[in-house]
Order: sequence, then structure tokens, then C-alpha cells
Amino acid sequence: MNSAVSLSMSAAPPAQRIRLSLDDYALRTGLIILIILLAISVVFPLYSLLSKSLEDMDGKFVGLQNFREYFETPALFTSITNSLGVASSVALIVMVIAFVYAYALTRTQMPLRWLFRGIALIPILAPSLLAAISMIYWFGNQGVLKSWLAGASVYGPIGIIIASCFWVFPHALMILVTALSTADARLYEAAEALCTPKWRVFWTVTLPGAKYGILSAGFIVFTLVITDFGVPKVIGGRFNVLATDVYKQVVGQQNFEMGAVVSLVLLLPALLAFIADRWVQRKQVALLSARAIPFQPKSEPLRDGLLFVFCAIVAVILIAMLGMAAYASFVTFWPYNLTLSLKNYNFDVMDGGGWEAYYNSIRMAIYCAIIGSGFIFFGSYLVEKARGITWLRTILHLAAMLPLAVPGLVLGIAYIFFFNHPDNPLGFLYGSMGILVICTIVHFYTVSHLTCLTALKQLDPEFEAVSLSLKTPVWRTFQKVTLPMCLPTLLDVASYLFLNAMTTVSAVVFLYSPETMLASVAVLNMDDAGDIAPAAAMALMIVYTSAIFRVFHALLARKLNRRTQVWRHK
Amino acid sequence: MTLLSRGVLGLAIGLLLAIPVSAETLTVYTAVEAEDLKRYASAFNEDHPNIKIRWVRDSTGIVTAKLLAEKNNPRADVIWGLAATSLMLLQSEGMLQSYAPKGLGKLDTKFRDSANPPSWTGMDAWIAAVCVNTVEAKRYNLPTPTSWMDLTDPVYKGHLVMPNPNSSGTGFLDVSSWLQMYGERGGWQFMDNLHENIAWYTHSGSKPCKQAARGETPIGISFAFRGAKSKAAGAPLDIILPKEGVGWDMEATAIMKGTKKLAAAQKLVDWSITKKANKLYNQGYAVVAYPGIAKPVKHFPTGILDAMIDNDFEFAAVNRRSILGQWQKRYDAKSEAK
Amino acid sequence: MPESKQVYLYIENLTKHFGEFVAVRELSLEIIRGEFICFLGPSGCGKTTLLRAIAGLDPQSSGSITQDGKNISNLPPSERDFGIVFQSYALFPNLTVFKNVAYGLENQRISKAEIRVRVSDLLELVGLPEQADKYPAQLSGGEQQRVALTRALATSPGLLLLDEPLSALDARVRAALRLEIRSLHQRLGVTTILVTHDQEEALSMADRIVVMDQGRIEQVGTPEEIYSTPASPFVADFIGVMNFLKGEITSSETVRIGKDSLDCDTANIPRGSKVRVTVRPEDILCKESSAKRKNANSFLFKVESLEFLGSFCRLIMSGPEGFGKLKADLSTQQFHELNVTTDSTLTAEFPLRNLRIFPESS
Repeated sequence: MNSAVSLSMSAAPPAQRIRLSLDDYALRTGLIILIILLAISVVFPLYSLLSKSLEDMDGKFVGLQNFREYFETPALFTSITNSLGVASSVALIVMVIAFVYAYALTRTQMPLRWLFRGIALIPILAPSLLAAISMIYWFGNQGVLKSWLAGASVYGPIGIIIASCFWVFPHALMILVTALSTADARLYEAAEALCTPKWRVFWTVTLPGAKYGILSAGFIVFTLVITDFGVPKVIGGRFNVLATDVYKQVVGQQNFEMGAVVSLVLLLPALLAFIADRWVQRKQVALLSARAIPFQPKSEPLRDGLLFVFCAIVAVILIAMLGMAAYASFVTFWPYNLTLSLKNYNFDVMDGGGWEAYYNSIRMAIYCAIIGSGFIFFGSYLVEKARGITWLRTILHLAAMLPLAVPGLVLGIAYIFFFNHPDNPLGFLYGSMGILVICTIVHFYTVSHLTCLTALKQLDPEFEAVSLSLKTPVWRTFQKVTLPMCLPTLLDVASYLFLNAMTTVSAVVFLYSPETMLASVAVLNMDDAGDIAPAAAMALMIVYTSAIFRVFHALLARKLNRRTQVWRHK
Repeated sequence: MTLLSRGVLGLAIGLLLAIPVSAETLTVYTAVEAEDLKRYASAFNEDHPNIKIRWVRDSTGIVTAKLLAEKNNPRADVIWGLAATSLMLLQSEGMLQSYAPKGLGKLDTKFRDSANPPSWTGMDAWIAAVCVNTVEAKRYNLPTPTSWMDLTDPVYKGHLVMPNPNSSGTGFLDVSSWLQMYGERGGWQFMDNLHENIAWYTHSGSKPCKQAARGETPIGISFAFRGAKSKAAGAPLDIILPKEGVGWDMEATAIMKGTKKLAAAQKLVDWSITKKANKLYNQGYAVVAYPGIAKPVKHFPTGILDAMIDNDFEFAAVNRRSILGQWQKRYDAKSEAK
Repeated sequence: MPESKQVYLYIENLTKHFGEFVAVRELSLEIIRGEFICFLGPSGCGKTTLLRAIAGLDPQSSGSITQDGKNISNLPPSERDFGIVFQSYALFPNLTVFKNVAYGLENQRISKAEIRVRVSDLLELVGLPEQADKYPAQLSGGEQQRVALTRALATSPGLLLLDEPLSALDARVRAALRLEIRSLHQRLGVTTILVTHDQEEALSMADRIVVMDQGRIEQVGTPEEIYSTPASPFVADFIGVMNFLKGEITSSETVRIGKDSLDCDTANIPRGSKVRVTVRPEDILCKESSAKRKNANSFLFKVESLEFLGSFCRLIMSGPEGFGKLKADLSTQQFHELNVTTDSTLTAEFPLRNLRIFPESS
């Protein structure tokens, strides 16, 4: 009503529209294309999942019938309690260990910090299954240290919790290291000037400073554990969790409707953790002013010594996990024939796809790295740099944030429903390498997107305006300035995508076909068939490959740094 | 630079979309052990080099469920090596193309669908057995079981592993045989008792025996062929045929109704019942469809023909769904059952 | 100022909304060819918005802009004729100084050799011939600013836009660059718009100043006009230091301040109106308290504190009711002559010609 009045009053000049240049058209087209792509690869599949959960086997709409059925099945209901229990235990344990470890890395002069940092990242190179397999060799019925469990079985919550702690440790550690590195030295100087005892400084300065990092890491760990099904699948025994329920419903019984229901239940805690994490992130921004002075830790022999012992113990455990799997993969027939051989690496005579699976994984990882980093960088560029049309950019950004809230498991199932639907013209993708690449890129989209966005935000926002004033098209500035400046970030994102593509199981396990069997899925399937040693061998192949790739990435980054990043050095 | 990156992108997309297209590729669903599939395919290709086989392999239960789920949008051309009970179920759903392969008359009549032309033809029989790790049994002082009933003895508590019948064909034939042997009530009563001793249910039918072979668990309910293989690999195993008799099922072959590659599919099925094929089956299975060629399999338990129960496939196929539903309701609540 | 007063840029009724917020409100302005003009105002007054509208970076909501006789209101920035320098300089950090300056040229059909000559000449002009192969991070702030300026001028734009170009520099460099930009402008004669919130910068550099507040123009004039005859209390307050005395018109020539009466030109404001009388600290004449009050506009004040500011000294004084805290400036010489200390008493005279009066409502 109001606007109508004002409209009729200001009759003279109609709202002005600036003519769009070629650049503007190109960027807008790019935005729309990316939004469509993300809609197809994220929004539509999730919608199919939702609608599937409201249908019966014949595709008739039945409302909440499936949910009612689910919540009336006590067996499935216990899985919720189990999942919550395991995830919160892991979060608690990992947070304490990772915090002390991160503290030692960032706030002390403990020797060999670089080494400890490196060792702590080992689990990132391996699929989550590796830890579980290793646990069987350490604590299983034929385990080397079975007696340590005092009669308790490793198959069940104990195994799940320990193995999960292993693989989520670096995820928690990295966040905490970041949180603890960004301390303002002035606060500590002030505290010291006021003669505050050390423990009080810790409680009043250190801990509150890292508060949001701790919360954020806690949420991430919780989500990772509750949505991971590799570990409980291998070592869960009779202990059911939500993630294995989904797998059983969908893969084991091809009961897609019930699978959809459990997925949605699984989506809930992940979504809550996501929202909480976003909230925490927002709070964190204001915490550190630009004027902060970086904290320089001082040497304190007693504290550093104690922490050294602690870190050494953790590091030894991490190495032991990997080492046992590596050793077992070479043992001919555990435990009856301990001679070493390469028999378990003869994947071609075993269930699980053979060496082909391994090569497929490498292929997929390379596709993800190249295509994924390209698309994601371009998308974040559009979000950050396209002029005008804020609403389109906001939509793209929201679509890019969505995947973080969707566990891989849920995404994989959603993809079955969407791409395998008989009426979907994109159905040809189903069962192809393409769908694995798309799914994996989408699964890890958000973190990559945010990384690129951070890099782009560090560039002067006026580069584009300057280029326009110099009559230089946007694409030229993109190519001559934006891209070269962000190259290290792009490389990081490509590397992140490669490593995750090598190790991911949760989404792709629903989407592979015989031609596109992947190494990580082969690990799962070989364990499923009882071939645990070959499973360990394949998991180790993934570790070797990831490690080599990491080294390669580091060398490349260094070379690139020398060539194109000269400007960074004064 | 942009030209280069565009080139890379184009190349990558091109590679992605370059799915090999060959008119003579058959999609074959199977539950046969992976290590056998390569042998089967290469032997078949010796005679039919221009028909490629694209395997989709999984456990019996999963392949069955997958086929049922794809009922309206079938992706398989041929099923080669799936439990006959599963094929009978698919037949009742009208999903199979009946076909009388060349040389059908030479097969043992037990190993074919009784209808004419038959919907499926058998390959071999696979037979339940109990794998006992002698080293571990000694360590835990477990007596060697001789009957199914023995396994309900509390001494075995936590030392038994068996496959989940929902996913595993072996698991299903066990359950179906117990129901046939002990009757409806007796069968479930037996399983209730057995459940008390089970450490965990596995997804695959061979895993219990492989776990027993590794000593991860002393006793695994699995199938004879798997036990023989593990024993050949050096595992300290005894393969026990319980004295009440053992369940069994046939692996069989069928053509999916609506396949676009019917001619090639028929060639494959023709080949699957030849003597040559049956000799291949015999490498793992003591009992095959082609009479008179079976040679004894190394480490295979003796007296297996006598131990096989008089299997009522009709009963198994018709009641498959309800049995599995019942089983899941009773035992899938694993964590509660303790 | 140039001889021929030809209008180069004409802004008519320009309005810019950001949602509900009106950043620029129906603003009209003429800029003469070759002129150096400053948009001056506090942050949020709309000066940068106006500049970005002229560049086409944030297009106006309504109104029109004519540049060199051509309506450019609807043109995208790439089709307008301007060079721009930002507060952050926005130098491309991965390109050398040479490449930065050549950036805009490389896109035109100019030979490499020509580009080389042009860039070298320009760098010579700003005194950076040695730095061509360095990266921006290797230069000082002032040098970076000069590179940014050179880059903007490289394509010989008809209009140079400077968005707070000096505010990131320290005082000494800033003063030097002011002179340099000014002389560069005189040499090249390019029409230049400088946006700044620093009045000293505006006063020292501009041919004309456009004082803005809340999206409106408060006053347009030469620095001298703006300083000596502010058109509004806002301008009076914003430019330089000003004393405000609240009062009421008692006759056509007098204003009552507290209990005292001040003679001044009341500019036809009706009797009884509330007004504010303004006077600059340096316009107040201070004498010994013993000196005779010859003039009616002389009052006794007591010095409360003093600030020594180098060439002059500022006194903060309290006097008759209604005058509040009065600021008055004394030359250092006078300061010594009068022997001023805290608590000394002085006679302050308010010269008639230096008093300006504004109605209270505005």
C-alpha cells in the first residue's frame, strides 16, 4: 500500500538501470549455471530423499507412516541411543587429548614439535576403516594385546570408540591448533604484570580464548563420528548404530524407504551440529582484533617435558595403529603363518574389485581434484566478485554451504533416489565414474568453498573496480591477478579433494558399480567377506598413495611459491 | 592459461562421459565368489570372444533384493549364479524369461525348473557346513560339535558366528533347513537358543568360515566349499557336517524378462549348462548339475550327498519374505538380546 | 582555476538508496573542466557513494550524470572515461610496478615499445624510475600511492577519481604527496575529484570544495569561501574550529547572549528568534584585562587551560554566562606579550565583521 503511494508520487524518473557490460552477462550466466548445477547435485537429491521417506514401496504417498514404523521398532530405536553415546564419548575423549596435544604444539617450546604435528596428521591419509582393522589386530580375539581389554570384547562400543578417536583426532587437532595459535600476547603480558598464577591465566585467558575453537571441534568430531559407518561396520559386532542401520536397510535389504527415514534421522544431529558450528564461527570473528600481537611461548622445562611425554605416547599410539595394519598386511596367514609375503596384495583374486579398484580411486581422486577445485574456485569467485545481483550470489553461497550439513551417507542415498529414478534424464550418470566424482566433490564442497572464499576475501576488493576503470575485461584480471594470487589456495583445495576422494567411503559406497569399484569401498567389501588382511593391504595402498601425493603437493607448492609468489617476500 | 584450463576441463569431462559402449556387453548379476568369476568369464570368452560380461556381484540376499528393487527398471540381462530359491521368487514375480537352453536334456532333472520351458537351470549345489578352528577350540576347551543341537550348548556362548540370512544366501539356506527339519515352532525355538551363543551375525556367508580360519572366532556356520578352500590355504579347520543333515541350495542361471540382448543372453545360458562349464563349477562344488563328471574336491567333507536334506525349494521360495521378516524381528535387535 | 569555465561533469538530481537508507539525496552539481574538486564530509555523508556513482561502480537509483556532453548515467564502468585511485591503492601485488602501470595500456592496441616508453615517462614523472621491476610489497606506502596514481593516469583518462588516497599514510608523507598530486594536476590538467574527510587536505589541494552531509551538499565554494563564510552551522563546525554562542535576536543589530548583548549583523532574522552566533578562535582579539573596553563586543574571560600548538597557542576560557567554554587563538608572540597563564584574566573582543549568525532550527 505504502509503496504504491510513493510510486505514484515519484513519477518523474523511473528507477535507473545501468546497462550491463559483456562481463556482467558472463558472470551472471556463470552464477546461474553454478546455481543450477548445485541444485541438481544437492537440492534435488535431498528433495528426492525427503519425498522417498514419505512413500511406500510402490511409490504411493503415505505421509509419516514410515517414520511411525521406524520409531515403533525398538531395535532401530536403540541405534539412536548407541549412536549418541558413542559420538559423545569420542567427542569427549578426543577433545581432551587433542587439546593437550594442540596446547603442546602451540604454546610451548617442547622439542620436536614439527615431528609431532606431522605424526598427528597420519590418520588423514587413511580411510576410517583402517583404524578399525588395526584394532582387530591389536585387540581382536587373535589380537596381540587382547589381554589388555581384561576379557571385554573389542567388537562393540569399545572398538568403535577407540578406532573413531584415531581417525577423527587430526580433524579436532587442526581446529584446536588454529584456535590456540591465534592468541593475543598482550593479554598474557597483562596477566603476568598483574602477577596472576599460571593456572588462573590458563582458566581465564587461554581457555576462554580457545572457547569457540573447542566448541567447533567438538561439533565436528561429533558429526564425523555419528555419520561414519566404516568403523562400526568393521568392528561394531552386535552393536548397532544409525549409520550401519542405513547401510543395512539400503544395501542389505534394498529397503530404500526405510533407508530414507533413517537417513533423515541421521541428518538431524548433523544439521544441529552444523547450525551450532555456524553460530560459533560467527562469534569467533570478533574475538581477535587486527592489532593483536602474536604470542611467543617461552621455554619451561618441567611443563615441556611432561607434555613431551604425553605427545610421545599419543604419537606412538597413532603410529602403532598404522604400523600394525601395515605389518598385518604383509603377514601370510595371521595368526598361524607369520612369514611375510605379498600374498595379501594380490587383490585380483579376492572379493572387492582387485587392483582395478585402486586405479579407479586414483582416477576419481584426480578428477575430483582438477574438476572440483576448478568449479569450486570459480563458484567462490562469483560469490565474492560478481557485481550487483546480491540475491543470486546469496543463493549460490547458501547452496555451497548446504553440503556441510549433509553426511556423506545421506548424500549417497539421496543420489540413488535422484539419479536412479527412471524419469531422470541424468540417469545415464548412475553407475558411472561421473556420479562418484560429482558426489565426492559435493560432499567436500563447503570446506573447499570457504577456503577459496577466505583467499579471495584477502584480495583487495577494488581490484575489479580498478580493472574496469582501466577498461580491462574481468576475465583478464581473473587470469592475470586473481588466479595467480590464489594459486596456493587452489592447490590446497585440489589436494584436500584428492585426499578425501581417496579415503571416502560413506557416500560412494551406495553409488559404485562393478566398473567403478573404489579402493576404499574394496577395503570395506573385503572386510565384509572376511578377508581382513587384504582389506588392511588395500587400506595401506591408500595411505601410501595419499602420503606420496602429500609430498608431491608440498614440493609443487614450494616450487610454485618460488615462481609465482615472489611478491609475497619483501 | 584459461585456454589450458578449459582444455583440461574438456578433457576431463570427455573422459568421464566416455563410458565404453559395446553392443555385446551383458550385465550379469551373480552371487558367485569373486575369485571364481574371472575363471568363469575367461572360460566363457574362449568360446564366445565377442560377448563381454559385466559382473554385478554381491551376497545372495543383496542381489535378490537389488533385483526386486529394480523390478520396474531392470538393469540385469542375465543372472548367473544365484540361489534357486531366489530365482523361484523372481519367477513368481514374473521377472524371468523362460528358455530351454541347448542340451537341457543332459542335466540332472533336479537341477532345473520343472516348468517347460524352464525359467531357470541349475549349476551346482552349495551345502551348509560348520567350520571349526581346532587350535582355538582346544584353547577354549570346546568339544567338537557333531550336530546342530550341539551348537546350542552354553559352552559355545560367544564363540559362534553365522551369516545374516537377510543378506547371505548361506544364512538363508541354514534358516530354511532348520525350519524344515524342526518344523515351524521347533525351528524358531532352536534359533532362539542358538542366538544366545552367536557372537555376531555377518553380512556375507563366507565370512564366518574365514573368521574361523583366522581364529577370530572358533566356530563359523558357513558352507562346505568355503571351508575346503580355507583349509587348503593352511587354516587349522575341521569341516563338520551336523548329523541332522545340512541345508543346501542350488546356484542357478536365468534370463531377465525384457532384456534387449536376448540372443547373447541365450548364448550365455546355453554355455552355462555345458560340460565344460560344469567342470568349472566342480572346482569348488562337489555336486554339479551335469551328471557323472563330479570329481571329489580337496578337503571337502565326505558323505556330503547323504548329509544333504531333502530340500523343499517350494517352501523356501514361497516363505522367503516372511521367514526373513520374522528372523529380523527376533534377532536383528542384537544389542537388546544380550 | 582554468580560464574557460566549461562544465565537464554535470550531475543532476542524483539519488542513491541502499535499501531503506538514502546515501545521496537529489544532489546536483557542476564540475568545470580541468578543475580539482574535493568532496568533503564526515564518514557516511555520501561522498564516496557519489564518487562510485560517477564511476558507475555503484549505479545511482535515479538522476543523471553527463560527462563531456555525453549522458553516461546508464553506462557500465568499463565504458566510462575515468581513472581511479583507492585508499588501499589496490595495486596488483603479483605484478611488478611496471606491469601495474602498463595494465590498462596492454588492453589497448598499443605496441609494446610504446607502452614501455609511456610507462617509463610516467614513472619518471612521479619520481619512481628505479622501481619499475619491484613488486608493490617492496615499496613504501607513499611509493605505492604514487604507483597507483600513475596507473590511473596511464590511460590518459578525462577524469581522475581519488577515493581517500592519502588517509593510510603517515602525516609527513601525506603532506608531501598533497603537494605532488597538486603539481601533477597542474601539469596534466586532468579534471580531478578527491574524496576526503580531512578538511586540511581539502583546503590545501582543492580548487573548489563540495561539503556534504547526510547525502546532501551543504556548500560548494573555494577553500577560502568555505572557511570564511560557511553557509551553515554544519560547515562552520566541520571546517576548522568554531565557537558557537547560543542567543536570541533582540533587535536588527543585536543578539542577547546570556545576560549580555552582542552587536552583529542579524541577516534579517526576525526578532525573538533563537540563533547561534559563530566566531573562529583566531578572530577573537585578546587583550589585557586592564585595557579599556572600547568596543561594546568586549567581555572579560578567565583562562582555564591552554594548549601550546607550535605557531600559536589556544586558550580555553570561561566568561559571562551563555558564552560557554570559549576557544581563542593567540600568536606565540602575543602569548608572550600578554604573559598568559592559567587563571589569568583577559578581555576578549568579538569583531563585528567576523561574526556569523544562523537560526537555531537549521
